[in-house]
Amino acid sequence: MAAVLESLLREELSVAVAVRWIARSAQSSEDDPREAAALSSLRPLRKEFVPFLLNFLREQSSRVLPQGPPTPAKAPGSSTGLPGRSGGPPRGGRGARNQLFPPIEASSATAADAPSARRGGRRRGPGPARERGRGPGGLEEGVSGECLPWAGGRRPRSSGSPSSPSLARSDPPNLSNLEEFPPVGSVPPGSAGTKPSRRINPTPVSEERSLSKPKTCFTSPPISCVPSSQPSVLDTSPWGHGIPSGCRSLQEEREMLRKERSKQLQQSPTPACPTLEPGSPHPSRTGHLTAEPADPTRVSSRHRLELVALVYSSCIAENLVPNLFLELFFVLQLLTARRMVAAKDSDLEPTPGAVDSLESPLFQSVHDCVFFAVQVLEHQFHVLSHLDKGTLKLLAENERLLCFSPALQGRLRAAYEGSVAKVSLAMPPSAQAVSFQPETDNRANFSSDRAFHTFKKQRDVFYEVLREWEDRHEEPGWDFEKGLGSRIRAMMGQLSAACSHSHFVRLFQKQLLQGERRQFAVVLLSLRLLAKFLGFVAFLPYRGPEPPPTRELQDSILSLRSQVPPVLDVRALLQQGLRARRAVLTVPWLVEFLSLADHIVPMLDYYRSIFTLLLHLHRSLVLSKESEGEMCFLNKLLLLAVLGWLFQIPTVPEDLFFLEEGQLDVFEVDTVASEHGLDSMPVVDQQLLYTCCPYIGELRKLLASWVSGSSGRSGGLVRKITPTTTTGLGAQPPQTTQGLQAQLAQAFFHNQPPSLRRTVEFVAERIGSNCVKHIKATLVAELVRQAESLLQEQLVTQGQEGGDPAQLLEILCSQLCPHGAQALTQGREFCQKKSPGAVRALLPEETPAAVLSSAENIAVSLATEKACAWLSANITALIRREVKAAVSRTLRAQGPEPAARGERRGCSRACEHHAPLPSHLISEIKDVLSLAVGPRDPEEGVAPEYLEQLLGQLGQMLRCRQFLCPPAEQHLAKCSVELASLLVADQIPILGPPAQHQLERGQARRLLLMLLSLWKDDFQVPVPLQLLLRPRNVALLADTRPREWDLLLFLLRELVEKGLMRRMEIEACLGSLHETQWPGDFSEELATLFNLFLAEPHVPEHQLRACELVQPNRGTVLAQS
Amino acid sequence: MILTKAQYDEIAQCLVSVPPTRQSLRKLKQRFPSQSQATLLSIFSQEYQKHIKRTHAKHHTSEAIESYYQRYLNGVGENGAAPVLLELANEVDYAPSLMARIILERFLQEHEEAPPSKSVINSMLRDPSQIPDGVLANQVYQCIVNDCCYGPLVDCIKHAIGHEHEVLLRDLLLEKNLSFLDEDQLRARGYDKTPDFILQVPVAVEGHIIHWIESKASFGDECSHHAYLHDQFWSYWNSSEKESLILWLKSQSLVKFVIVGI
Repeated sequence: MAAVLESLLREELSVAVAVRWIARSAQSSEDDPREAAALSSLRPLRKEFVPFLLNFLREQSSRVLPQGPPTPAKAPGSSTGLPGRSGGPPRGGRGARNQLFPPIEASSATAADAPSARRGGRRRGPGPARERGRGPGGLEEGVSGECLPWAGGRRPRSSGSPSSPSLARSDPPNLSNLEEFPPVGSVPPGSAGTKPSRRINPTPVSEERSLSKPKTCFTSPPISCVPSSQPSVLDTSPWGHGIPSGCRSLQEEREMLRKERSKQLQQSPTPACPTLEPGSPHPSRTGHLTAEPADPTRVSSRHRLELVALVYSSCIAENLVPNLFLELFFVLQLLTARRMVAAKDSDLEPTPGAVDSLESPLFQSVHDCVFFAVQVLEHQFHVLSHLDKGTLKLLAENERLLCFSPALQGRLRAAYEGSVAKVSLAMPPSAQAVSFQPETDNRANFSSDRAFHTFKKQRDVFYEVLREWEDRHEEPGWDFEKGLGSRIRAMMGQLSAACSHSHFVRLFQKQLLQGERRQFAVVLLSLRLLAKFLGFVAFLPYRGPEPPPTRELQDSILSLRSQVPPVLDVRALLQQGLRARRAVLTVPWLVEFLSLADHIVPMLDYYRSIFTLLLHLHRSLVLSKESEGEMCFLNKLLLLAVLGWLFQIPTVPEDLFFLEEGQLDVFEVDTVASEHGLDSMPVVDQQLLYTCCPYIGELRKLLASWVSGSSGRSGGLVRKITPTTTTGLGAQPPQTTQGLQAQLAQAFFHNQPPSLRRTVEFVAERIGSNCVKHIKATLVAELVRQAESLLQEQLVTQGQEGGDPAQLLEILCSQLCPHGAQALTQGREFCQKKSPGAVRALLPEETPAAVLSSAENIAVSLATEKACAWLSANITALIRREVKAAVSRTLRAQGPEPAARGERRGCSRACEHHAPLPSHLISEIKDVLSLAVGPRDPEEGVAPEYLEQLLGQLGQMLRCRQFLCPPAEQHLAKCSVELASLLVADQIPILGPPAQHQLERGQARRLLLMLLSLWKDDFQVPVPLQLLLRPRNVALLADTRPREWDLLLFLLRELVEKGLMRRMEIEACLGSLHETQWPGDFSEELATLFNLFLAEPHVPEHQLRACELVQPNRGTVLAQS
Repeated sequence: MILTKAQYDEIAQCLVSVPPTRQSLRKLKQRFPSQSQATLLSIFSQEYQKHIKRTHAKHHTSEAIESYYQRYLNGVGENGAAPVLLELANEVDYAPSLMARIILERFLQEHEEAPPSKSVINSMLRDPSQIPDGVLANQVYQCIVNDCCYGPLVDCIKHAIGHEHEVLLRDLLLEKNLSFLDEDQLRARGYDKTPDFILQVPVAVEGHIIHWIESKASFGDECSHHAYLHDQFWSYWNSSEKESLILWLKSQSLVKFVIVGI
């Protein structure tokens, strides 16, 4: 492509031929056959010319525009990792617009900081927000700059060269690509027979290049590394394979940048300029800059600039660039460039003999830039003259323009003076009538008082008629002739003088035309809103953060989606619209609809054909063609603006704009079906244009910032491109203190190194988050504790039932949630307390006190904002959730084992936890139980001492409790009761001489007392003592011969004595024993026991003993009583 | 004390077709005097569970249940005091507690109007005095206290061991000043499956980075180790790259293993 440009510069080619060639028009007869031949060989590369040119210009201007406001980029995020280097090859720059972002000078420090700084900037307001919210929730929200979907490695599929200039996401020429820019003398593959093109950029590429693969220079990885989220369609290109897969993340990319930076530092013979240290403001970031005066006499290589300007202008005129207004913005940036960033000497000195080639920088000074810009503006005068009055004024008053082209300035001034295109954000008044026009509607313009009077009467009648018609014409049965006929005839009958005619015509025209426009605007805006909503709804289900990661997935999605018929047959509607020549109505809303499409949509055949149609339309809207039946100029301008905007939508593939011509030709649309379509009516005015495409207003802002002397970064620039809701058209909200504060903060950051902003934002983010955690751990936890104690109270007052848990929860929440309000106060305090220290710790020691204090304050307010936003939205829900969990926890714990609720005593501090483990004791007791229950071998048994020891250990363990869990304690309690039953029934086999297999009476009693003590003092779970009197346990006694009741009686009395069971309980248990069928004699003995127990209601201990003592022999107690 | 795989296998070999009773355990203790009772019991329990898992189904066919029930009825009909149910279980090589459950279920089906719910059965097994039939209550109780591998008491012992070792582990961690989150804290944070402890600061042990520790109350043979990992941890950690390390924790004569995440 460089070859083509060079040919042009050497005047081997005429611009006209070249543009025709680029525009893929048919060869003209007057074309020089030699030229045609030269170009035909380059045919395969033809469509790459425009992207190349745009990139070339961006790249060339990179030293002029670092301080300028960034040109609106389609995909701001795509510039991530593109620290442009002065005069050097774009560091793998991906898009034409990349170079327009303030490329950071070779100063390594800023180079490393740059990408994120830019990202940050864009993310938060004043940024070239060619981005558009695509989150499902937020139509207008900006896409986070962090990882935008178009990413490295994305190349147009047609060839290895960059082909799409569609702003930031398009590829700039990869100057290190040896295939694209082969060294002098080599023959580029694929262009056999043509003159070898040459590497264009004179800046030496880093030495590292020798280490890199031939096709992928070292500069490409950072770009390729940007996580590629674009569909893998492009993988088919050779580039798809050349991309190193090693790095995928931003972190890695940053790491590479850091490495690169340290290398640069090492290589640099002198330390980086102190002014470029991150700690000090970069000159480009200061608010006010003295602009270098531009002098037409100091323009270098005029002719070359003229030629490039002509080619560039021709491309713009032929709509070969995706977005006309973006190019205008770029040109105005050049016009208002403040100063040239110093470059290496070698860059500044033109190579002798190569002045007119591309070997030397195109823009060597601000003078060159301004000259070039003015040249282009001259060619674009027609468009400029249709801009709003404010822009025209600024242009006409631009001293550089005056200095470089007085003629253009004069034309602009004239256009300004003649312009009525005042654009305001507010909608025109909804009043139906044409307002009184003092210039025309005054007496001086009428021949006589009478004529003037007549006109006024006519005017009144006219409006009366109009109003009546508007009110009633839709009523059924209303007849125009009957209703208005006579009045209209009377009104017309008063037209006598010729001049009256002219006045009336003017009134009529204005009313019905400026009325029609108004109606058109209303309809169009409504349609756009509706379409936007429809688009939102239609594509909502498919909305995802990014395109599918794999080709397979994408293919399957495509095949699936292609089965789904479009919800709205927009293609048919578009075709109808084009056929009926009302593109001016159809296309703007269609663009709104399509702008909400997901990433897959443009790959679907159906929608692809729509895009192709739109591309075709875009190309056909050549502004310079003005003939009968042509579309009106402003109509065209509107369409160009909205289409240009659409082509920049992230979801629209970047290569779409530069389709092969063949594909374009397929979609010829017959647009002459209707001669008098809406398109040829002047329905669009500047107001509508600016309303639909507010970013055109950025041109004015740019010019205004030039006048005010500020760099304009905080002054706006293309921000939101989508004022598509009518609410945005209302009066501007009054500037609030808060808004002003935010602007002040922005301005503050603007003047500080980006690291400061990052630090403050980081601190705010972390402190805000910590604040929420802190509130959870303190306030919420405390409320939960309160909830628990309230619940306990509730349970005590209402009994164990407690009532309905849901109801309990409601009661608690209603009591506790209001306390959540404290969260905000506490949150504020927390942020206030914590943020400043963190900022201080992270910022350099040398930060000036005022800066530090501002940074701290901003961090505090940002952190507070974040924390309070979260807290105010969630605190109630959070408290509720936690209280709910606490309630269910408490109720569960209380559940079947009420004692579990009780406070559990732990062991003393002095305890060394040497007690036997609960599991061991359960196991041991289980063995004793199994031995007692049998079956057992004759030699099996337990020593009485062992039983005592076991119970002793049990006591120790119950007092230590270190390893005890409630279930184990419950089982132990139950086992101990079983053990007692066996003791009472004398069922435990005792080791010893065969004759004496039973426990001594005294031993048994000792053991029972031990158990009683354990039950009374050591168990903290309820002991199921009632088991002692269950039939199964009592039946153990039935098996013994002779039956021995004294131990049971002893046990029962002791239970009562120790308060372990109440007499009533025991009586009830004994009573229920009667229900069981027993052997006759056992029943009798049981009844006797019962009576005996009842007979001694309050037996003092000594009596009990006495009672026992009267029974000298075991087994005779009952008999005697 | 380290138990080799060969030793484990030798012990396991002796446990084939041995009823899970006190007597069996005593014999095992005599055979392997150098091993603690807890270790032997743990291995016994582990091996016996494997055996039951393999043979469980055949005891639950309706024919089997019917024949067991008839044999039980005949047995207690002859002598209610004899260990009918326990002997039946040993004879058919099934766990006594599980046999008790089969018979109890069958009994309740016959005597109650509605089929017994699982919770009722469990409750009766925990407290046989709730069983309406005195003879059956005794039989069931006998089965339960004699079963050293199954039943509510054994379950409780296992649970207790698990708890004790968790406490032990916690003490060790506290002693070593290692900061950790325990299961309750993890659950409060919304994890459903958690190891016992997650170390807030990982530690290196013999060249392995330890992130988490899970102690298990049972003997850590290969099979159960894999099962635990499968059931509990991989799903939690969701990473097959993570390895696990079994640490043996010997305390108070109980051998147990600890899985640690690395």
